[in-house]
Amino acid sequence: MSETVSAAEPGKAPEESEQCESYLEAGGHTLMSWLTTTDHKRIGILYAIAITFFFFIAGIAIGLVRLELMSPRGLFLSDDEYNRLFSLHGIVMVWFFLVPSIPATFGNFFLPLMIGAKDVAFPRLNLLSWYVYLLAAGFACYAIVAGGVDTGWTFYTPFSSLYSNGNVLAAAAGVFVAGFSSIATGVNFITTTHMLRAPGMTWFRLPLFVWAIYATSVVIVLATPILAMSLLLIIAERLFGLPVFNPNDGGDPILFQHLFWFYSHPAVYIMILPAMGVISEVFTCFARRHIFGYAMMIYAILGIAVIGFFVWGHHMFVSGESQFANLMFSLLSFLVAVPSAIKVFNWTATLYRGSISFEAPMVYAMGFVGLFTMGGLTGLFLASIPIDVHVTDTYFVVAHFHYIMVGGSVSAFFAALHFWWPKITGKLYSEAWARFAAVIMFLGFNSTFLPQYIMGYTGMPRRYHVYPPEFQAYHVLSSMGALVLLTAYMLPLVYLTWSLFHGKKAPANPWRATGLEWQTPSPPPEYNFEEIPRVDTLPYEYHPENQGGPFRPQGKVIGGK
Amino acid sequence: MEGFAPKASSYASQWDWFFFVLVTVSSIVVATVFVAIVHFSIRYRRGVNARREPVSETFSNRLEFSWTAGTALAFLAIFWWAAAFQLRDFVPPEGALQIHVIGKQWMWKIQQPNGVREIDEIHAPIGRPVQLIMTSEDVIHSMFLPALRLKQDVLPGRYTYLWFNADKPGVYHLFCAEFCGTSHSRMTGRFVLMTPTEYSRWSAAQPEADNLARQGQALFSSLGCSGCHSKSSSVPAPDLHGVFGNPVQLSDGRSIIADEAYIHDSIVLPEKDIVAGFAPIMPSFAGQVSEEQIIKLVAYIRSLSTERHP
Repeated sequence: MSETVSAAEPGKAPEESEQCESYLEAGGHTLMSWLTTTDHKRIGILYAIAITFFFFIAGIAIGLVRLELMSPRGLFLSDDEYNRLFSLHGIVMVWFFLVPSIPATFGNFFLPLMIGAKDVAFPRLNLLSWYVYLLAAGFACYAIVAGGVDTGWTFYTPFSSLYSNGNVLAAAAGVFVAGFSSIATGVNFITTTHMLRAPGMTWFRLPLFVWAIYATSVVIVLATPILAMSLLLIIAERLFGLPVFNPNDGGDPILFQHLFWFYSHPAVYIMILPAMGVISEVFTCFARRHIFGYAMMIYAILGIAVIGFFVWGHHMFVSGESQFANLMFSLLSFLVAVPSAIKVFNWTATLYRGSISFEAPMVYAMGFVGLFTMGGLTGLFLASIPIDVHVTDTYFVVAHFHYIMVGGSVSAFFAALHFWWPKITGKLYSEAWARFAAVIMFLGFNSTFLPQYIMGYTGMPRRYHVYPPEFQAYHVLSSMGALVLLTAYMLPLVYLTWSLFHGKKAPANPWRATGLEWQTPSPPPEYNFEEIPRVDTLPYEYHPENQGGPFRPQGKVIGGK
Repeated sequence: MEGFAPKASSYASQWDWFFFVLVTVSSIVVATVFVAIVHFSIRYRRGVNARREPVSETFSNRLEFSWTAGTALAFLAIFWWAAAFQLRDFVPPEGALQIHVIGKQWMWKIQQPNGVREIDEIHAPIGRPVQLIMTSEDVIHSMFLPALRLKQDVLPGRYTYLWFNADKPGVYHLFCAEFCGTSHSRMTGRFVLMTPTEYSRWSAAQPEADNLARQGQALFSSLGCSGCHSKSSSVPAPDLHGVFGNPVQLSDGRSIIADEAYIHDSIVLPEKDIVAGFAPIMPSFAGQVSEEQIIKLVAYIRSLSTERHP
C-alpha cells in the first residue's frame, strides 16, 4: 500500500536497458521472427498493420462514392460500380477494420500487460487467429478483384441469395472465415481475463479497458456463430438452391434479417464497448482523477452487453414485423440507451475537481464524447417507431451510425493509439501535430455527417447513386467534409511514422498513469514482467488533491519503472 | 416538389412536431454536456488553483442514482409517447380506397381500384383514407413516401399495407428505400395527390378503366378456377362466396382469416392451408399466374363477400 511515485521520477527514461531486451529486439528483426511470433504484443502490431491497410482500402472506396455524389446524375461511375463501391466500403470497414480494430490491436497488446500476465492464455491460437483473419481477407480481396459484390454489408435475402450478380459467395465466405478469427480472439481474451490475472488483481480492481474487452469478447463468442449460420444459409441457397429464404419455395426472406441483426446489433457493441474502455482510461489519466462511479461503469458495460442481445428487431420496424414485436424492441432499445447515457455522465463527472491537461489522447477522447453523445441521442430517434419509419434507410440512419462507429469508435481508436504509442514503440510523437489532427478530425467529421442528418430528415434514401437535385447542396457539403476528414486521417500516418525514426525516446510512463502496463519499460520486454507483479490497490488512484502530486500505480513491477 | 421537406398530411405535421421536440430535447442534452465539459476543463485545468478534495461517497452515489433514474424515466416517457403515436393510427379506417402496388426490379406497378394501371406513379385523392396493398415479384423493396413520413417494406410472397389520409394536393416523391440491385436509385416515381373531383375525372379518363373485380372474374373462368369453385361443379372445392375477411377452419385445426395473403397463398401454394373437410387436390398455379393477375383474382373474391349474395 505504501509505494507512491512522485511526479518527477517517472519522467526519466528506463535505465536498465541492458538487462531487459524489449519485445521489438528479442527474437530478432527478421520478417520470419514476426510471422512466427506468439508474443501478444507483436501479434497486436501485425493486426494493426493489416487493419490499417483495410481502413484505407475501404476509405478509398467511400472517397470515390462521395466524389460521385457531388452531382445528382453521377460523374464517372455506372450504377453497378457505385453499388459495389459502397458495399465494399461497408463490408471491409465492419469486418476487416471495426470489429478487430481496438480488441485485436490494443486489446491484444495491453490486456495481458494491464492484468499483470506474461502473455494471453493461448499464444499460438492468438497467432492462428491472425492468419485466419488473413485468409478471410484473402477471400474478401478476391471478391473485390473479381469484380466486387453489390449487396451492401447487410446481405439481405432474397437479393443476395438469388438475384445478385456480384461475388456474393466469396464475400460471404470471407466474412464467415473472419468470424472464426473473432471467436478465437474472444475465447483467448475471456480465458486470459479469468485465469491470468496477477495476484491481487480482483475483478473489481480491473481497469475499465479490461472490463470492456472482456465484455466484448463474451458478445463476440455468443453472437458470431449466428452470423456464420446465416451466411452459410445464403451460400447454401445460392450454391445448391436450398430454399431457406426464397418465398417461391416456401422460404422466408425476413428470417435472414432476424438472424443477421441478431448478430449485427450486438456487433455494434463489439465495435463501441472497447472504445468506451479506452475513453475511461484516457479521461481518468488526463483529469488526474479516480474514474467517477467505477462500479457503475462496470455494470453499464455489462448491461449494454446483455440488453444489446435483445434489441435487434429495431432494425426491422418497417419490414412487416408485428406491431407487438415492434413495441417490445422499441422499449428494449430505449433501455439499452440508459447505460450508455450513464457512461457519458460519468466521464463528464470525472473531470469535476480534476487537474486536467489536454495532451493529444485527451483531445481525441473529448472529441469522442461529443460525437458519441450526438450519435447516441439520435439513436433515441430511431428507437421511436414512428420516427424510425420515416428516417430508416435514409441518410439519417447513415449519419447516426457513423457518429457511433466513426465519431465514436474511430476517435477512440486514435485516442488509444496516441495514449499507448509511447509504450508500444518507445517513441514520442509531435504533440502539436497530434492535437492539430485531432481537432481537424472532429471538424471534418461533423462537416461530413451533420448534413447527412438533415438530408435524411428531408427524405434522401441511402444507397442511391442518382438522386433528386434538391439534395445536391447537402451532398456537396458532405463530400467537402469527407476531404477534410481524409486529410485528418492521413496526418497521423505521417507524424507517427516520422516519430518512429526521429521521435524522442519515450520514458516508461510519460502520462504518469497508474496502469500496470505503464510500470514496465517502454517498449516492454518480451514476457512483459520479470516477475508477476502484486496488485494491492484499485485502478486510477490519482491524487489530484495535491496538485501534480503523487499517484499510486496498481502494483510495483520489478525491472520496470 | 417544392419546398423544404414538404408535408402532405396532418399525420406528417404531427410527425414533424414530435421530431423537432426530440431535436430540441437532444440539443439541450448535448449543450449541457458540452457546457459541463468546457466549464470543468477551464476551472480544473492543470496548474490552476481550485478545490480538488475527493467528493463524498454519499454525494456521488446520490448523483449516480439520480441521473440513472432520471435518464430511465425520461427514456420511458419518450417511448410511451412514440408508442402511443404509432398505435393511434395503426389500424386503417373502414372503407379506405384500396390501391394495389407491385414492386419489381426496378419499377413500381400500380393497380387502381377501377382497374387503371400505372407505372412509377400513384395517383390518389386527398381527404379520404387510402390503403396501399403491396407485394413484390422478386426481391425486397420498400415504399417510401417522404411527404407522408411513411415507409413500408414490400416483400415477395407476402402482402404489406400502408394507409394515409392526405390533405394537400401536389406532386411528391416516391422512392424505393430498400436496396434492390443495380438500378435501385432509379426505382423512383411521382406520388400525385389530387382533390376528389380531380381524381375521379382523372381515373375516368384513363383508357383501361374497368372494374378490377370484373377483370378478376374473367380470369377466374379463363384460368379454369370456376370449373371447381362453383356450386354446379362435381369436384368438391370450397365455395368462395362470403369467404373473404372471415375466419376459415383449416383441416389441421387452425383457423385463419381469409385476407389477401391467404387467397394469394391458396393460389400458388395450395397445400399450405387446406380448408377443413376438403381433400388437397388443387394444383398450384405458381408460375402460371402473375402477381397482377392474383390481385385481380383477390379483388374478385373480395367482391363475392361484399356484394351480399343471398
